Amino acid sequence: MKYVSEFRDSSLVSNLLERITARSSTPVRLMEFCGGHTVSIFRYGLRQLLPKTVELVSGPGCPVCVTATPDLDRAIALAELPDVTITTFGDMFRVPASSSSLQESKARGADVRMVYSTLDALDIARQNPDRKIIFLGIGFETTAPTVAASLLTAQEEGIANFYVQSFHKVCPPVLKAILAAGEIHLQGLICPGHVSAIIGSNAWGPTAREFALPCVVSGFEPVDILQAVLALVEQVEGGVACSDIAYTRGVSPEGNLHAQAVLSDVFEPAPANWRGVGVIPDSGLAIRDAFAAHDANRVFEVDVGPSIEPAGCICGAVLRGTNTPFDCGLFGKGCTPATPVGPCMVSSEGSCAAYFRYGRDELSEKI
Amino acid sequence: MCLAVPAKILTIDGFSATVDIGGVVRAASLRLTPDAKVGDYVLLHTGFAIELLSPQEAADTLATIDEAVAIIVGES
Repeated sequence: MKYVSEFRDSSLVSNLLERITARSSTPVRLMEFCGGHTVSIFRYGLRQLLPKTVELVSGPGCPVCVTATPDLDRAIALAELPDVTITTFGDMFRVPASSSSLQESKARGADVRMVYSTLDALDIARQNPDRKIIFLGIGFETTAPTVAASLLTAQEEGIANFYVQSFHKVCPPVLKAILAAGEIHLQGLICPGHVSAIIGSNAWGPTAREFALPCVVSGFEPVDILQAVLALVEQVEGGVACSDIAYTRGVSPEGNLHAQAVLSDVFEPAPANWRGVGVIPDSGLAIRDAFAAHDANRVFEVDVGPSIEPAGCICGAVLRGTNTPFDCGLFGKGCTPATPVGPCMVSSEGSCAAYFRYGRDELSEKI
Repeated sequence: MCLAVPAKILTIDGFSATVDIGGVVRAASLRLTPDAKVGDYVLLHTGFAIELLSPQEAADTLATIDEAVAIIVGES
């Protein structure tokens, strides 16, 4: 078992497609919450392979994309403080904020370093005791426990010059906010696989019940996604709405209890500002008082002016699933992966980047 | 960003491990999966094992798809 190639098997894909086609009579619109799913769906051409009764729309599950402009502005302001080194995952580097990006700050002399892991950021802090190392905490429940673990390590080892600026967010509240707004009507949700590895499939139960919405956790290989689509179609056809798992090798109903404990040792629920949606109560993660000395939000005061959204960009509507990137006047013209205007074109798993990379043939067919 | 890849644990020293990711060996933290053992497969995300992978569940998933197809073929 290699856990990858087996789940890309073309005969299993064909078999699942036949079953979905045979079972699906009612037209359904399913949202893939996670940007990783969007990329897989495009990479393997699943939209074209699925029957006409199954429509897939992208959701808000790209942490870089949903980071609000005022938060990006704060990150850039932090980068320009003296003696500060910003450490961040690569996707954040080129995201345009009100008037700049971290990449431009670096070009102006700020010390901004891309890291693969918080473990690398801690190493930078150990090696540079005279500098203040701030890690930009971007990410959902998948990533937040790894950042929490880094704060535990910093406290245990007394790494006093390591800080986290938490922009972390949690997924179920934003989905509920989007559904409650009533702008988009869905018949099913493909739930994020690695978020659910941490929080468990049970976390989607309340959403399934409250909105009578079938919710199925999926992995990221084509067999996983089609298995989730089949499970959703079967729920719709059977008049059922519950949370289920089509990724049982990595996800359990209760999730990873160790990771949940680490997460809640360090973070507590807080309001968070989501691009395109606004401030949602208890959808963010703030650093607890016990770790206040490492909390960049408390330690560093910066002056951030009013934020400016990029003109013409509809990333917010794309993240809510009410529009596709093809509806944007900038798509493929002013806004490309080389010259991104909005964050959904920057992040490798942003909807616009996925549509640009894999879906342009579809656009030319529409025109 | 929530990308996680299967990795096989090669060595463990406290929370520190070395893992094999499709032939590439690198360091990983087991802080979030303290029950992991040498030889286990884990989901690796930004240098951390975030969950153990179940070989039994993986095999069952693949077998279930095959069986369902056999039933459909048998019915038709």
